[in-house]
Amino acid sequence: MTAMAALPISTPIPAPIVTAVAGLGAPASLADGANGWRATALRRFAACGLPTRRLEAWKYTDLSSLQGIDFQPAAADLRLADDHPLPQLADQPGHRLVFADGVLQPALSACTPAAGLDVGRLADWLSAADAAAELGAAGEPSPMVALNAALASDGLRLSTAPGIAVDRPVELVFIGGLGEAATASHPRHRIELAAGSSATLIEVHAGGGDGCYLANHVGEITIGEHARLRHVIVQTEGATAYHIASRFVSVAADGRYEAFTLTASGRLTRNEVTVSLNGPGAACVLAGAYLLRDREHCDTTTIIEHRAPHTSCREVFKGVLDGASRGVFQGRIVVHRGAQKIDGHQLSKALLLSDAAEVDQKPELEIYADDVKCSHGAAAGQLDADELFYLRSRGIPEEQARRLLIEGFLVDVFDEVTDDAVRAALFAHARRWFAAPGGPQR
Amino acid sequence: MDSAVQATRDAVEALAGEKYKYGFVTDIEADTAPKGLNEDIVRFISAKKNEPEWLLDWRLKAFRHWLEMPEPQWAKVSFPPLDYQDAYYYSAPKVGKRPESLDEIDPELRKTYEKLGIPLKEQEILAGVAVDAVFDSVSVATTFKKKLEEYGVIFCSISEAIQRCPELIRKYLGSVVPYTDNKHATLNSAVFTDGSFVYVPEGVRCPMELSTYFRINAAKTGQFERTLIIADRGSYVSYLEGCTAPMRDENQLHAAVVELVALDDAEIKYSTVQNWYPGDENGKGGIYNFVTKRGACRGRNSKISWTQVETGSAITWKYPSCILQGDNSVGEFYSIAITNNYQQADTGTKMIHLGRNTRSRIISKGISAGHGAQTYRGLVRIAAKAAGARNHTQCDSLLIGDRSAAHTVPYIETRNRTAMVEHEATTSKINDDQLFYCRQRGIAEEEAVALIVNGFCREVLQQLPMEFAVEAQKLVAISLEGSVG
Amino acid sequence: MLTIENLHVAVDGRSILSGFDLDVGPGEVHAIMGPNGSGKSTLSYVLAGRDGYDVTAGRVQLDGQDLLAMAPEERAAAGLFLAFQYPVEIPGVANATFLRQSLNAVRKARGLDELDAMQFLKSARARMKLLGMTDEMLKRSVNTGFSGGEKKRNEVLQMTLLEPRLAILDETDSGLDVDALRIVADGVNGLRAPDRSFVVITHYQRLLDYIVPDRVHILARGRIVRSGGEDLAREVERTGYADYLAPAA
Repeated sequence: MTAMAALPISTPIPAPIVTAVAGLGAPASLADGANGWRATALRRFAACGLPTRRLEAWKYTDLSSLQGIDFQPAAADLRLADDHPLPQLADQPGHRLVFADGVLQPALSACTPAAGLDVGRLADWLSAADAAAELGAAGEPSPMVALNAALASDGLRLSTAPGIAVDRPVELVFIGGLGEAATASHPRHRIELAAGSSATLIEVHAGGGDGCYLANHVGEITIGEHARLRHVIVQTEGATAYHIASRFVSVAADGRYEAFTLTASGRLTRNEVTVSLNGPGAACVLAGAYLLRDREHCDTTTIIEHRAPHTSCREVFKGVLDGASRGVFQGRIVVHRGAQKIDGHQLSKALLLSDAAEVDQKPELEIYADDVKCSHGAAAGQLDADELFYLRSRGIPEEQARRLLIEGFLVDVFDEVTDDAVRAALFAHARRWFAAPGGPQR
Repeated sequence: MDSAVQATRDAVEALAGEKYKYGFVTDIEADTAPKGLNEDIVRFISAKKNEPEWLLDWRLKAFRHWLEMPEPQWAKVSFPPLDYQDAYYYSAPKVGKRPESLDEIDPELRKTYEKLGIPLKEQEILAGVAVDAVFDSVSVATTFKKKLEEYGVIFCSISEAIQRCPELIRKYLGSVVPYTDNKHATLNSAVFTDGSFVYVPEGVRCPMELSTYFRINAAKTGQFERTLIIADRGSYVSYLEGCTAPMRDENQLHAAVVELVALDDAEIKYSTVQNWYPGDENGKGGIYNFVTKRGACRGRNSKISWTQVETGSAITWKYPSCILQGDNSVGEFYSIAITNNYQQADTGTKMIHLGRNTRSRIISKGISAGHGAQTYRGLVRIAAKAAGARNHTQCDSLLIGDRSAAHTVPYIETRNRTAMVEHEATTSKINDDQLFYCRQRGIAEEEAVALIVNGFCREVLQQLPMEFAVEAQKLVAISLEGSVG
Repeated sequence: MLTIENLHVAVDGRSILSGFDLDVGPGEVHAIMGPNGSGKSTLSYVLAGRDGYDVTAGRVQLDGQDLLAMAPEERAAAGLFLAFQYPVEIPGVANATFLRQSLNAVRKARGLDELDAMQFLKSARARMKLLGMTDEMLKRSVNTGFSGGEKKRNEVLQMTLLEPRLAILDETDSGLDVDALRIVADGVNGLRAPDRSFVVITHYQRLLDYIVPDRVHILARGRIVRSGGEDLAREVERTGYADYLAPAA
C-alpha cells in the first residue's frame, strides 16, 4: 500500500492490536508500527473489535462471518486492463476515478478540469502529515469507522469553491473481488462543498470477479451555506462481497443534501448515514431502494440530527425481498432541545416475495423540542392478490403481472432522483434485477 | 349526548384545582418484616403465607437468579441505582385473621378505601363490580364472592388461591412470565406478597367486572403484587386495576407481575388506571413503577386486550404484551401515557405473532408536558409460521412545552410474507389553532388543553369500561394541571 | 359598543393595519369589504386575541372595556364572538361536549346558571332545527370531516347559543352555495337585536344581499379608505377594488 508506506512511522503497535486487525486488510507493515492517529484508531478498534449484535446499532446485522475470512490488502500495483469494462451510471462524467479492490487505476480514470472544482486522491493528501491529524475525527466511535481510520489508504478528496455550480457529475467506480484471495479495502472520502456551490457525486460499486472482498468505506461530507450535494450510489456488488459504508454529513444553514442509494446485490451491505443539520434552513432527503435475493442482507441505518431550528428532512426507503434475504431499516430522527419548527418525515416499506425472506424495521423518533411535525411510517407485506388477479384476468401472464406490480411498488421512490438520465439509468438497474436468472420467485 | 363525557365534564369541574388527592397516609398498625433482602426474607414471606414447599423453592430459585442479573439498561429513563437493602419487603395491616365480612375490616382501612372511592360497601357492589383490595403487600378484602362462586368464578387473593387451588397455581404461575424474565420480574417472583387470582371456568361469561385496587401505604415499602388470570375455554372476563400511593419524598419501588392465560375461544380484557404518586413539581419522590405484564393467547380464537391509562409514578417501565400462540388469536394494546413535571415513562407493548391468522392492534397516545419525558417502545414480531398475521400500530405523541420530550422506538420484525404489518407514528405539539378556537368560545386555556388532549386520547378512552373512562378523563385533566401558562 | 381607534398591527414585523378606525353602535351591522391581503382577517383575529399579531399602537374598546388587555376567553365572556373563516377541526372531541363546555364557561363568566345536559340539549336542538342541522352533528367530532356548509352552520349555531354582544363574521359566505348561504343569513338575521352588533367581513357583495348592512367600509392598505351606506357595496361589486389599491394621492 503506497499511501501507508509514505507515512511516517512513529509508534510500535502491540501484538494484540495487530492480531485484532489481522485478516481485516491490515498490511504486513503494520507490525512495524504506525504513526499517532492510526495508532489511536487501531487501539479504538482493538478495544471493541468487530461490532456484534449486542450493540443496539447492529442488532439486526451480524458480522461474525467476517471473522472466518483472511482478508488481505490488494497489491499496490494491481492494474486492470485498459479495456476493462466499466460499470457506469453517468453518460458524461466530468471526472471519473476508478478503483480496483481499493487501488486507484490511473489509466481508467479521467478528469476534465473545471473551474472551482478540486478533485484529488486521499493518498496524496495523507502524505501531508499535518492533514493526517484530522482523519478519524468523524462521528461516533464506531468500530468500523475506527477500523477504516486505522487502515485507510486512498479515496476521493473533493472540494468546491464558493458559488460554483459543477454541472457534470463526479463519478467514483469501485470494482471488487478481482483476485483469488479475499481482499479488504478501507476507502475514505472527504467532500467539502463551499458556500453556495453545488455538485453531483455518483458512486458505482460493482463486483469484478468471483473473489470475496470487504469494502469498508467512510465518507465525510461537509455542505456549506446554500450549497447542495446530490449523491447517487449504486451497489451491484459481487455475490460474496461485504460492503460497509459509513457516511457523516454536516449541512450548514440553507444547505441541502440529497442522497439516493440503490442496492441490487452483495452478500452483506450496510449503508449507514448520519446527517447533521446544523443551521436554519438546512435540509436533507434520503431515499433508496434495495432489491435482495438468495441470502443477501442489506441494512440501511440512518440518523438525522436536527441541531438547528427550521430544518427539515424526508426519508423514503423501499425494499423488495426474495429468496432467504433479509432487509433491515433503522431510521432515527433526532430533534435536539431548542431546534423548533422542524419537519421530519420518514417512510419505510418492504415487499416480501418469498416465504424465507425477512425484514426488520426500526423507525425511531427522538424529540426534545415541542414545535415539531415529525412522523414515520413502516409497512411490510406481499403483493396484493386482488391486484395480481386483476392483471391476470386482463390476459397478462403471471410473471409479467408480478413484475408490473413490483415496479409499481418501487417507482415512486425513484422519483426522488431529480436528474432524468440518472433516474432512468437507476431504474434500468432495477429492471435488470427482475430479469436476472430466477427472477422474482413465487 | 354521551353520558360518560358529560359526567366527566362535571367531575372535571368539581375537581378543578385539585392536586394529587390520594396523597394521604393511613395510620394503621402494620405487621412488617425486617428491612432488607436476603433468603431469610424470602423464607419469611413464604412461611407467613403458609406456602407449599415447591413454591418456596421457586421463590428461592428466583432470588438466587436475581442476585446474578443485571438491571435492564435499555429503557430511556434515568434514576439513581436502587438500594434493595433499604426497603421493607413485607408489610401487612395487622389484623388477627382475614376478615370474614366487610364489617370486620379495620375502620381506618375502610376510610382509606372510601377516600379512594372504592366501592367496598355491599350496596355499591350491586353496581356490579367485584373488588379485591391490596393494601401495601396484602389483599385485605375481596367482595362479592358468593355471586361469583355461583358461576364457578374464583376471584380471590393469590395467597388464598395458593391454599385453595394449588394445582392451578402450580400449572400457571410463571408460565407466562418465567422467574428468569427480567430483574424486576425475578425480584417479584422471589418476594411477591399478594395480588389477585382469577379463574373463569369453561364457557362462563363472568357476570361482572372484576376489580383490584392497589395501594402503597407504609413508608419504604416495596410493593410486589402478582396477578394471575386464567380464562378457560370459551370464557370471558373484564378486569380492572387501579393504583394509588401516599405522597412521600422518597422513591418507592413497585415491581408487579401480571400473567394472563386465555385458552381456546376465551377473552380477557385487562384495564389499568395507574395513578401512583408521581412525585412533586420538582421531581422529588414518587413511585418507580417497574411492571411486567404479559398475556398468552394459548388457545385458538382467544383474545387479550390491554388498556392502560398511565398518569402516575415518577418512572413507569412497563410493556403489557401478548404472545399470540393460538391460531386466529387477537392481541390489543390501547395506551394513554401522560408525563408532566419530571415524570418519565418508557412504555409500550410486544405483540409476538406465532399462530396463523393472528391479529394485533396497537394504539398509543403519549402526552408529554413540563419536563416530562416518555418513550413508546414496542415490538411487533411476525414469526415465520404466522401466516396471514396482521398488525396495525398507531403511535401519536403530543408535546406541551419546550422542555418536554417524546420518543418513539418501534421494532418491527416480519418473517412471513403473507403477513401485513403497518406502523404509523406522529409527534407534534398541541395545536395552537385548536387552542385559540376553544378560547374564542370562552373555554379557559387549561380546560381547553384538557379538552383537546381528551379528544386526542378518545380512541383509547373508548376501550375502558364506563366507570373507568370517567375516572380516566378526570385524571387526564388533573395530570396536565400547570402544564400551560 | 365597539370603538377602534388608530389601530396599528404588525405580523412578523410587517405592518398589516395602520391607523384603522371604526365605531359600531348598538344594533348596527357594519360590513367591511376589501381586496385580498388588505388585512380583513387580521382585523378579526386581532379583535379575538389570537397570538402572533402585534398591536403597535391604538386601542379597542367593547362596551367601554379595554379589549386588547383581555385573554381570548375573557373577550368571549365579554360578548365577542368570531365566526371563523376556516373553523378549526378538533378530532376526538364531540361537538356536544365542546358546545356545552363553551356555553357553560361563557354563562358562568356572565353570572348565569350553567345548563345541565337536558337543558343544553333542548336549547341546542331547537337552534339546530332552524339551521337545518341534524342531531348527528352533535355526536361528531368538532368540525372534523364537516363539509364547508356544515362548518359554517356550526359556527352560526355557536353564535346563536352564545348570544354575543358583538359578532364578527369573517368571510362567512366563502364556500357556501346559495341555499346554505340563505340558511346561514337567516340565522344571523334572526339574531339581530337592538343590543347586538355585527361586523361582517367579506370580499364579495353577495352576502350583503342577505345580511343588509347599516354601514359599508372599504378596507385597503391597512385602513378604512371609504365609508358609505349599502349602496357602496354594490358600487364596489361593479367597479372592483383597483381604485383603492393605488396609494392615496
